[in-house]
Amino acid sequence: MKIMSPTGHLGFTPIERGSFEAGVADRPDAIVADSGSADIGPYPLGADLAHSPEEWQRHDLELCLLAARELDVPLVIGSASDTGTDRGVRRYVEIIEELALRHGLRPFQVAAIYSEVSPARLIELAASGVVIEGLNGRAPADVETLRRTDHAVAVMGVEPIKAAIEAGADVVICGRASDSSLFAAVAESRGIPRASALLAGKLLECASFCAEPFMGKETVIGEIDADGVTVYPKHPQQRCTPASVASHAMYERIDPYAEVVPGGVLDMRDLRFEALDERTTRVTGAVWRPSTTYSVKIEGAGKVGERAISVMGIRDPYTLSRLDDVLAWSRAKLVERYGSPQERGYRVFFHVYGRNGVMGNLEPHPVVDGHEVGIVVEAVAGTTEAAEEVCALAARNLFYARLPEVKGTAGGASFFSDEVLLARPAYEWTLNHVVTLDPPGQEPVRAMQLFRTEMLQVGRKTVVTK
Amino acid sequence: MRLAELASTIRSKNAGVDHITFDVIFRDPAAYRRTVDSGRLSPESIAALYGIDRDRITSFVVFDPAQAIKFTIRRERPAGTPGEPDLFGSQCYPPLFDIDIP
Repeated sequence: MKIMSPTGHLGFTPIERGSFEAGVADRPDAIVADSGSADIGPYPLGADLAHSPEEWQRHDLELCLLAARELDVPLVIGSASDTGTDRGVRRYVEIIEELALRHGLRPFQVAAIYSEVSPARLIELAASGVVIEGLNGRAPADVETLRRTDHAVAVMGVEPIKAAIEAGADVVICGRASDSSLFAAVAESRGIPRASALLAGKLLECASFCAEPFMGKETVIGEIDADGVTVYPKHPQQRCTPASVASHAMYERIDPYAEVVPGGVLDMRDLRFEALDERTTRVTGAVWRPSTTYSVKIEGAGKVGERAISVMGIRDPYTLSRLDDVLAWSRAKLVERYGSPQERGYRVFFHVYGRNGVMGNLEPHPVVDGHEVGIVVEAVAGTTEAAEEVCALAARNLFYARLPEVKGTAGGASFFSDEVLLARPAYEWTLNHVVTLDPPGQEPVRAMQLFRTEMLQVGRKTVVTK
Repeated sequence: MRLAELASTIRSKNAGVDHITFDVIFRDPAAYRRTVDSGRLSPESIAALYGIDRDRITSFVVFDPAQAIKFTIRRERPAGTPGEPDLFGSQCYPPLFDIDIP
């Protein structure tokens, strides 16, 4: 079977039409696109807002929906509206309904799979003895961490999506989902075994990122059988080579040999990459290793405070040579007026571009080599007014910093504008955890309750005549 | 020779919200072997370069299928936390350029 992947993040920037249409002309058996990412930071999940403009999301959904209905093949969309909250799923279903009406599409079945889990529910689970285990060295989530969480989502694997397709869904709108599982669910519904099905997902999830040269938002196609996956790009200037496909297999992941999904791990240690021609690569050798437990990842984000920023610059070489004194002066004036950050619950960060603004503490060479620096003053506090005030005082005291031998006595820093910009509130990733709700060796019954599927018919209403 | 002259791709990117992963990929098999065999790219050398404790290098893999060396650093704080400078972790690789490979 053939699966078409037109974008690695639906709606993030619009899908490129040329390779999309070329892909559709190949008559794929399904179109699959993920629409979410944790890369965008904790704000969209925590505040439960879309990260991409809805117009771009609608653009991509329209292309995919019309093509899938024309071909009469399943369309699977993952992590609706960037984060996969219930709001995102509902909004994408509404957009699908609007598009179906506008284009007069014949009736079709839509499955909406919700995967948001409320912090209150997580607190109940923790109280009932479920351990919310930390990933990547995090401690288990305690009640305090759960209380700091505003929104959380459970990341679905293959099973709920496959069930929706097998129940007859033509379009599946998923809450938060593992990218590779979206593709695997479609492949498994067509009888492809788990190893090949998930391998296809791993290779196709970011669309043209598995091809070279580097291009985003271009369509690729995977042909999947029981033994492996053959991938090729639809942009005429791209190639899927063993090198490009293998380097994508390790993209954005800690372990290049393992793709972990609920219910087990795809073992990619013995993958073989073979060029079939200069633009087509076949991948075989993946092994599915089921686990005895069915663990589901939980992502959560919570608000830290209100945030304001100011943009400043320094050009005087003497001032640059005493930059730490300037920053210390500003911090001291904050403490003088407001008390210490710890006591008073505010925080100020100086992002010094031209020294270590990009890499922060990872910068091996935190030295000003150039003739100027830019400073983004970031202030976080409990209220908008406090954030603005702290930010203004911090920024203006870069201007008023006192240095013994400065020649410029009319101001030690430039204001981009003597203005405090109100930024989005500050959030943090509170949860990067997993829960295991069913006993080892048993079917994942309780885990599946994290995912709620609603089926609805969409499209032109048929007129019943007597 | 500088690593930047031997490798065809040197990149960094988030691997989840708590880690930044680095990929050093070689087109030329000889350049790949030369770099791997030199031992100049190791968890210890990377920890020293970035000024972090060795235990923040959470993985270091020589990945033959892509002729690549891949390692991962645990972030000081999760991506996007106030004060964190690089949301996608996408500009943390350039210090690798100047590693000298004999």
